[in-house]
Amino acid sequence: MPRNPARRRIISTAAVVTGLLWLATGCGPEYLVLHPVGPVGRQELNLIVLSTILVLVVIVTVFGLLFYVVWRYRDKPDNSAPYRPEWSESRKLEILWWAIPIVIVGILGSFTVKTTYALVRPPEQNVKPLTVQVVSLNWKWLFLYPDQHVATVNYCEIPTGVPVQFELTADAPMNSFWVPQLGGQEYLMPGMAMQLWLQADEPATYYGHGANFTGEGFAHDEFRVVAVPASDFQEWTKQLQQSAPALTQAGYEQLKKPGLMGTASYGSFPPELFKDIVWTDGGRYMPGMMDMVSKPAGMTNAATGMNAMSGMGH
Amino acid sequence: MLSALKQFGDTYLMWQEGPLIWISDILILVTLIAIVAALTYFKKWKWLWKEWLTTVDHKKIGIMYLICALLMFFRGGVDGLLMRTQLAFPNNTFLDAEHYDQIFTTHGTIMILFMAMPFIFALFNIAVPLQIGARDVAFPYLNAISFWLFFFAALLFNIAFVFGGSPDAGWTSYPPLTELGFDPGPGENFYLLSLQISGIGTIATGINFIATILKCRAPGMTLMRMPLFTWAVLASSIIILSVFPALTVALALLMLDRIFGTHFFTILHGGNPMMFVNLFWVWGHPEVYIVVLVAFGVYSEVVATFSRKRIFGYASMVASLMAITVVGDITWVHHFFTMGAGPDVNSFFAVTTMMVGIPTGVKIFNWLMTMYQGRIRLTLPMLWTLAFIACFVIAGATGVMLAAAPADYQFHNSYFLVAHFHQALIGGVVFGMLAGMYYWWPKMFGFKLDERLGRWAFWLYNIGFYVCFMPQYALGLMGMQRRMYTYPAGMGWGTLNFVSTIGAYMMGVAFLVIVAQVLYSIKYGERDVTGDPWDGRTLEWSLPSPVPHYNFAVIPTVTGRDMWWTLKQEGRTEELRPRPEDIRDVHMPKNSGRPFLMGVAFFVAGLGFCFWWYGLAVLGLLGVAACLLLRSFEYDDEHEIPAEEIRHVEASLGRL
Amino acid sequence: MSMTLERSGVRMASPDRPLEYSRPLESTRIFGFWLFMATDMLLFACLFATYLILVTHTDGGPTARDLFDVPGFTAETLILLTSSFTGGLATYAMRRRRLGLTLSLLAVTMLLGIAFVSFEASEFIHYAHIGATWQRSAFLSAFFTLVGTHGSHVSLGIVWMLSIMIQLARRGLTPVTARKVFIVNLYWHFLDVVWVFIFTVVYLMGVM
Ligand code: HEA
Ligand code: HEA
Ligand code: CUA
Ligand SMILES: [Cu+2]
Repeated sequence: MPRNPARRRIISTAAVVTGLLWLATGCGPEYLVLHPVGPVGRQELNLIVLSTILVLVVIVTVFGLLFYVVWRYRDKPDNSAPYRPEWSESRKLEILWWAIPIVIVGILGSFTVKTTYALVRPPEQNVKPLTVQVVSLNWKWLFLYPDQHVATVNYCEIPTGVPVQFELTADAPMNSFWVPQLGGQEYLMPGMAMQLWLQADEPATYYGHGANFTGEGFAHDEFRVVAVPASDFQEWTKQLQQSAPALTQAGYEQLKKPGLMGTASYGSFPPELFKDIVWTDGGRYMPGMMDMVSKPAGMTNAATGMNAMSGMGH
Repeated sequence: MLSALKQFGDTYLMWQEGPLIWISDILILVTLIAIVAALTYFKKWKWLWKEWLTTVDHKKIGIMYLICALLMFFRGGVDGLLMRTQLAFPNNTFLDAEHYDQIFTTHGTIMILFMAMPFIFALFNIAVPLQIGARDVAFPYLNAISFWLFFFAALLFNIAFVFGGSPDAGWTSYPPLTELGFDPGPGENFYLLSLQISGIGTIATGINFIATILKCRAPGMTLMRMPLFTWAVLASSIIILSVFPALTVALALLMLDRIFGTHFFTILHGGNPMMFVNLFWVWGHPEVYIVVLVAFGVYSEVVATFSRKRIFGYASMVASLMAITVVGDITWVHHFFTMGAGPDVNSFFAVTTMMVGIPTGVKIFNWLMTMYQGRIRLTLPMLWTLAFIACFVIAGATGVMLAAAPADYQFHNSYFLVAHFHQALIGGVVFGMLAGMYYWWPKMFGFKLDERLGRWAFWLYNIGFYVCFMPQYALGLMGMQRRMYTYPAGMGWGTLNFVSTIGAYMMGVAFLVIVAQVLYSIKYGERDVTGDPWDGRTLEWSLPSPVPHYNFAVIPTVTGRDMWWTLKQEGRTEELRPRPEDIRDVHMPKNSGRPFLMGVAFFVAGLGFCFWWYGLAVLGLLGVAACLLLRSFEYDDEHEIPAEEIRHVEASLGRL
Repeated sequence: MSMTLERSGVRMASPDRPLEYSRPLESTRIFGFWLFMATDMLLFACLFATYLILVTHTDGGPTARDLFDVPGFTAETLILLTSSFTGGLATYAMRRRRLGLTLSLLAVTMLLGIAFVSFEASEFIHYAHIGATWQRSAFLSAFFTLVGTHGSHVSLGIVWMLSIMIQLARRGLTPVTARKVFIVNLYWHFLDVVWVFIFTVVYLMGVM
């Protein structure tokens, strides 16, 4: 190792950075975000990779310059490098480093915008989507299937290859719905019904967790997303409809009480439950919000989420 | 009687909660007794009151801010180490959820509002008047009020842990989690009131320094001749004025909800929690630029001084400060891209956020070019500056990655984010504050801090930093959420968390080395007899260290940028020496005990509101009103330092 | 005195400036007060934004249209506008160095201010009597907070003005008292401007 402390520091940081990169790229499946199993997560990963490459260009340039300059111009009596104490202007150089970041931001910005718009559309246009309504409670997850009329707690089944429209609300403090392997998260807020598209390519059980702090039970606010082939999914809903108990209004009030629990399944639920929750917690004040909530099969959605958000404090 | 005592102990002192509380109680008691005993033994009470508690001298206020900031760094750091200890292993039971939640909340809040903020104010106060050739700030009395409001707010926030319970909903304090229904105790009230009180002081500081910089410069000190640190303070103050009102409102409305039963952010009766989230980040995002721009100012001074070269691209350094000031105010939505505000909104804010990288990059390259063809001395301030460039480029890079909205859907509220903001806050702000502290320390106290110990601290802190926070980026990609007090074993998060904890302890040791360095240097540090230990460039280095009470015996007339350096080059330093015949009587503001008492009054009012004790609250507010009225009737608030005395002081410093 | 000015490194200002600006220190204080008003304006802006978001959130309780009474708020507006006018005249009189006139105009301003605050208080009490308290709904929380913040600013202004009148009576017109008269009037005009917004956004739009 060189004795010069600055040089040593730079080398050691560079080593750590390289180490990190190695960790992040040569990594195993425990890096959930880097191993998406659906089109949404994949699009997001593409953007992550693009942005990483772009910023690496910046990091490498700056580290290179820093290393070189500090080494070359250190204050040593025998240093013969030029010393120009009054040199402090260069129009050309300055234009250069106003311009380069602008270009990088331009590239990354345009891909960001493109992906942002892409993600509000269903990832698969030709398959009829499934709707799952999600209610965050303290500290459990209630999943309602408006078209299948079944409900679950702390786990949800979805068919593979089918885009799933998650409709998100909370009847408790704000939370965030995150299934890293399927795609990025979105908030669940009382009085609002937000929409998130996800889709699983392969049958498996995926880790999901609340990602916005909700108080004491937050660390255990976990759920599973179970992706199964479409036929199994049909089978599963039929089974629940036939054999699982009903979720009553009273049962819901019970669920709402703060606490942790295991999983549960229900063969039916009050059809207006989701709508009532959104309405009571403030949805009635948001123009368009109530139109957004999916009605049980047969009814249609009147408005998209975007219109509904315009009335709120964004 | 006994049972009443037990009841009081359980309700307010939380004695049923176990050893953590008891230890803190004992530590606090012991420290208090030690302080009182020491002051009494050395007969220092009067000195404390006359020289410090009632002072309006910007230099002393700066020193008091500095001491508080270091103490708060320690408190926040201990919180950090406690969290890291809990997270070292999966399913660890060192802390339970309740305490862990309180600890990350106090950690974040203290580090940003009661460590970083007073630290920048310390440097504002120490450097700005000296750099622009003024005798004090524009409003010295108000300056003292700002300090005491901060001080008592910090006190209020800190006692919560042993008196009533700490807040536990994160430094962001989102409702409805923070509404009474979910969070009934007084803890959250402590957060609201202490931030509100210190916020008032902060706004006053912002006003004070804008007025100082725009109105109190020495003749000839045009705006474009100002040192870049002063420019940075101006930019930071402008941001303070433009965004702190949003925090004031957010806190006030949540307080009304909790204390008077209104419905701004409740779930029922029409409240809208998102309003809080917006108001909070309208302040919260620019807040990080409030602190980091000041650090940028320090780096600009340090790089030029220790490269023995003019700062490169002065004009675009100023322009980039202002660009960050403006653009930084319209990026706040990136903290909740995941709220689903729609692609238009997210796209807009994603691009504005990335745009901040452009002027920041200009600054980085200009610093590099300042070193280019210079002569770089690796002193402590310079080492921290070089470490900053490396660290902050990575922080900014990951910031830009977060700014890509769809990518942020995956990063949000994960340890990737935690790693980003520590890298920006530590690599950007803490490094800068330490660089500034080392840089101006001789000016404040008349001696340098020991280099050898300083280097130990530097390396320990730097290596510790990377060991602690680099693994957290990876943990984020593994799906680990922030604010979990524990995690299961099966996720593969254990190893990296353990590594991270080791790094945290290295930073802890580094902090202890800094403490040792200060203590050692008080006794053995190299005295600064010239007033210019670093071969500096700006006006403060033309004064003796420590600077006499009145700063400049004669206000200098400024003839150019980096004037002191130029005069030294041309052998004309005599021009900045006072000539005896130019020295006149100087009027300085009188000391006053009222700012301190006003702080006490605010503290009383705050405590009253925290516990819904309205009588106490009203009493406190009346005290505040009394202080204001008394001030309005005060006319005789200046005293005169006769020219003779000044001549005497200057002569004894060998300057005449 | 000239040394005081030098304290801040500011040179003498020209003597032909208005009295309140005649000492640089006072002129700096006026500048500082402008900065304060800028932040205070932003504070009101945040409250207005909150009000606009929450105005429809009435939770089945009284709405703006149910509550606001046109003659009432019109009277409040006229009173406050008049007081702003008399306040302006007070500054004018101060610049002419007419102490007695300044004092009496300030007194008129203050009395009008008191009238305004009393009107507002009785309005609030009336609402509370019919069950429209700020705990009733988010709309009412926002209404009382916005209008009440303005009202408490005015109340503070009244006390402040009184204290300045006492100082003026005791010390006569000096650069310092002149600056105080000037600043308190600036503050008063500022509150007037805020009220114009409240009048339009809250009351007029409320009854429309
Ligand atoms: C001092 C503190 C500080 C600083 C300076 C920054 C700077 C930046 N931050 Fe950071 N940030 C925080 C502190 C800070 N941040 C905190 C505390 C949080 C979380 C709060 C919480 O939730 O608790 C946060 C969160 C946060 C988020 C929210 C993420 C989320 O919640 O999901 C985002 C998203 O966009 C973001 C982005 C940025 C960007 C783009 C910058 C930019 O300003 C960075 C600009 C700098 C560079 C880019 C490097 C130098 C530039 C060049 C060398 C030129 C060329 C470069 C390019 C063109 C890329 N930050
Ligand atoms: C300037 C701001 C700043 C600074 C300097 C730090 C410094 C540190 N931070 Fe902090 N941090 C934040 C701002 C900051 N942090 C914020 C805003 C949050 C978000 C909070 C929220 O979620 O609301 C956060 C959250 C946060 C978390 C995430 C918690 C969670 O989400 O669950 C973690 C975990 O690792 C952490 C760790 C650390 C560590 C190890 C340090 C180290 O650098 C500390 C170094 C240590 C010392 C300086 C102490 C020295 C003392 C001793 C050696 C004495 C030893 C005694 C005992 C152990 C009893 N911080
Ligand atoms: Cu947040 Cu809708
Ligand atoms: Cu931000």
